[in-house]
Amino acid sequence: MAKITPEDQSIVVRFAGDSGDGVQLLGSQFAESTALAGSDFSTFPDFPAEIRAPVGTTFGVSAFQINLGARRVSTAGDQPDVLVAFNPAALKVNLPLLQKGALVVLNTDAFNKRNFTKANIAADPRETGELEDYQVIEIDMSTQVLEAVKPLGLSKSDAEQSKNFWALGAVLWMFGRSRDPIKDWATKKFAKKPPEVLAGNLAALDAGHAYAETAELSAEVPQFVIGDADMAAGEYRSITGAEAISLGLAAAGELADKEILFAGYPITPASAILHHLSRMGELGVATFQAEDEIAACCAAIGASFGGKIGVTSSSGPGIALKTEAIGLAMAAELPLVIVNSQRGGPSTGLPTKTEQSDLYQAVYGRNADAPLPVIAAAGPGDCFDAAIEATRIALRHMTPVFLLTDGYIQNAAGPWALPNMNDYDPILHGTPPAANDDIEERKRAIWNRDPSSFGRPWVTPGMKGLAYRVGGLEKDIETGDISYDADNHQAMSELRARKVEAVADFIPDQEVEQGNTKGPLAVVGWGSTHGAIWRAVANAREQGYDVAQIQIRYINPLPKNLGRLLESYDKVLVPEMNMGQLSTLLRDKLELKVTPLTKVSGQPFKITEIADAIAANCPAGAKVKAAE
Amino acid sequence: MTKPLTAKDFATDQEVRWCPGCGDYAILKCVQKTLADVGADPDKTVFVSGIGCSSRFPYYMNAYGFHTIHGRAPAFATGVKLANPELDVWLVTGDGDGLSIGGNHLLHVLRRNVDTQIMLFNNEIYGLTKGQYSPTSRVGTRSPSTPAGSIDTPVSPCAFALGANAKFIARGIDTDAKSLSPVLKAAREFKGAAFVEIFQNCIVYNKDVFDGFVAKKTATETQIHVEHGQPLLFAGGSKGLKLNTQTLKLEIVDVGDGGAPESEIVVHDETNRTLAQMLIDLPMTSFPMPLGVIHREPSAPSFDDAFWNAHATKGKRTGTVADALRKGSVWKKG
Ligand SMILES: Cc1ncc(C[n+]2csc(CCOP(=O)(O)OP(=O)(O)O)c2C)c(N)n1
Ligand code: SF4
Ligand SMILES: [Mg+2]
Repeated sequence: MAKITPEDQSIVVRFAGDSGDGVQLLGSQFAESTALAGSDFSTFPDFPAEIRAPVGTTFGVSAFQINLGARRVSTAGDQPDVLVAFNPAALKVNLPLLQKGALVVLNTDAFNKRNFTKANIAADPRETGELEDYQVIEIDMSTQVLEAVKPLGLSKSDAEQSKNFWALGAVLWMFGRSRDPIKDWATKKFAKKPPEVLAGNLAALDAGHAYAETAELSAEVPQFVIGDADMAAGEYRSITGAEAISLGLAAAGELADKEILFAGYPITPASAILHHLSRMGELGVATFQAEDEIAACCAAIGASFGGKIGVTSSSGPGIALKTEAIGLAMAAELPLVIVNSQRGGPSTGLPTKTEQSDLYQAVYGRNADAPLPVIAAAGPGDCFDAAIEATRIALRHMTPVFLLTDGYIQNAAGPWALPNMNDYDPILHGTPPAANDDIEERKRAIWNRDPSSFGRPWVTPGMKGLAYRVGGLEKDIETGDISYDADNHQAMSELRARKVEAVADFIPDQEVEQGNTKGPLAVVGWGSTHGAIWRAVANAREQGYDVAQIQIRYINPLPKNLGRLLESYDKVLVPEMNMGQLSTLLRDKLELKVTPLTKVSGQPFKITEIADAIAANCPAGAKVKAAE
Repeated sequence: MTKPLTAKDFATDQEVRWCPGCGDYAILKCVQKTLADVGADPDKTVFVSGIGCSSRFPYYMNAYGFHTIHGRAPAFATGVKLANPELDVWLVTGDGDGLSIGGNHLLHVLRRNVDTQIMLFNNEIYGLTKGQYSPTSRVGTRSPSTPAGSIDTPVSPCAFALGANAKFIARGIDTDAKSLSPVLKAAREFKGAAFVEIFQNCIVYNKDVFDGFVAKKTATETQIHVEHGQPLLFAGGSKGLKLNTQTLKLEIVDVGDGGAPESEIVVHDETNRTLAQMLIDLPMTSFPMPLGVIHREPSAPSFDDAFWNAHATKGKRTGTVADALRKGSVWKKG
């Protein structure tokens, strides 16, 4: 079959199998190879909630999806064009996701009665006609692997472990890729294992490649040609949101010339941040696994009181537990960064699925009038800058700051242009006053807030002649002493509100990412919907729709010009993975009428879903000016 | 040379707001005096508390202070100590704060052995919320929420601490500065979590609950001040605690003339966990109350030491983010 260059210059590949099949490793190595080939890409691992569900069952299926292209790739893709399924359960679960006409590669060795029963399949799908719309390639993969590793004398079960390498070899051939970088990587990875492990995997890799190359397969399988993507010059690496947040926090510490103390308690999908930061000691980061989320938050606040930058992270249920302590940090005017890796809720909800439903919790979710700054990351790489920005606000204004990300951003990966650390301004905070034996003067100096940011000096124990007491009781606005005075409470409440409002004086104006600054329709998003919105708007604009894209990073306070800007569109469409929380916020803060587009299925938006909404909300006649 | 600080120098300009006659006053005085005695530096001393009458303590101490939220002081204190291990961190909590809402955190600060002094003011009642029974209230305690008397078995703070593997456990009485102060000094010197239960009289809601052993008149009979290496004697040396090897329990025996020879009296060994357990478990009704340092195992590393030792760079920044970004596979475009 001929070589194929996909019409839109991109292609979506999905690998699926049992949790134990090594699908994630297969996918991430294919992504690595894609990066080296110069294409743009975006990946998304789709894990089951169970760690090792019974083999062969549908709920144990693990998948890895990658969208790769010679043009900008902004999501992991709507519908796979290629599926590699290691067993019947993987086929059953993933078939409904596929593009009609997709290429389906099956490991036929797993297509037997026993596995049909486990996956609750009545009849062999290869004989029922349900695969008619697809191009199916059947390979006895397990047999092939066994054959390939036979000379090494591996046991049958050990040999089976190399199936993913075999498949990887075949896929590398399909995309015309070199095996060498993978071999180098595997050599390092398995250096400490018995030598036959490496040998087995390499033999499988070569065998898969050879199998695809020989007549048997090349006769029926297309070879895909995905060119080099046009990306800005510079150094790139692949990064997940969890890695980028962790590096961003470390960078914030470097920019502030302060050490980071991170305290967390394991929860999916937030744990990855704890794991990454645990390996960043040399960047001045220390991690503390506390007994629960309350303790984690309290320890982080204690660290901030003590002079390190306190950071804590969790997902919705854990954030709920931290709430009281966050209120204290706000009242005590201490810096704190709270990262919420949002997941499907409410309650335990869908722990491994993604959602954006904790916006209310971040903006409104505390007892009393307790406003806090809230910012949101737009994608994996953007987490780096978002973490720096959150820390900058926390230190400048001496306040807790919420940084929202989600399960999709956390696990998704794509190429990321390495930033130049010299491009970032240092992170500043109020410098402590001089020691003072006059108690009244000392107290006033400690609570002497900056007139523009309302941040107070960061005074920490150990500093000479500045000992002071603080707590959750209302305090005198000038001396910090406990105060039950009515006017003082009014003044403190106003101060806390003005402090958060003041953040807006320091943040950039809201920009329009694509399209005009006025017109019939703006699509306004926040967080991880960015990629899908970007592609949908780009496509719509190519088709002639006059539609704009606006991505809001600063959720609270909103950029000062946002109200004016949004009023200049006839319609504002707000896609989000919840029941309409940003829509509520925009109505509340800007008194704006918006059109929500909500999705709460645990799955990210598809580009087509947003494209359809654009078509439905943008008058067909509204054409883009040719000049753009 | 600056003048050495006095107890007064550890007081703040804030008006103390406890009820007149509250045992908290005596403890405050004792702590202020103890810190002056040992030459503590207010700038390197931190008091962290939860919520309750007792937890107002930091406002009255001229040192750094953090009055936090109900029950969570151990977690805040852990963060403070990790942030700056040079600080002398004191924790103030109550029986409700430390053993009800904050029981979990108290467990963990003890088992981790974070280098702090933990003073639990036990008044067997919720003072601040106006007198409800607490987890240390004895069965039958009548309170606004238990008009017919409480029904649940109380927890013993020291037994809890021992169960949590605390390496320093001691007891004192609010108004008995003479024996409380040395205990606080020992706690301060101890490298690790030093747990001190202080019997504190809530004059308003639980007046004189500890009178059984606190009353001065009968104190020699009702208290036993334990000291490492010394026999467990009380009542002016006329009575002592002997181990019954049949029941493996301590029993009271007369000592001297006509009684047991002193050599049969158990010698206090604060490193012996089993003995600590026996002393803590003595029934209050028929035995004297053990006071002083009941248990001390100095050999264990403190959490803050272990924490920073486990971090190769001790938390110091030795590398740059610019280098860290380039670890792993990096490729060039253009
Ligand atoms: C989250 C929360 N729940 C309840 C309270 C109310 N509360 C304040 S102090 C307290 C009990 C204090 O008892 P204890 O720790 O024994 O201190 P004491 O007042 O007796 O010294 C309670 C229930 C609170 N402040 N916060
Ligand atoms: S209520 Fe009791 S514990 Fe609280 S201050 Fe008054 S006497 Fe002291
Ligand atoms: Mg109490």
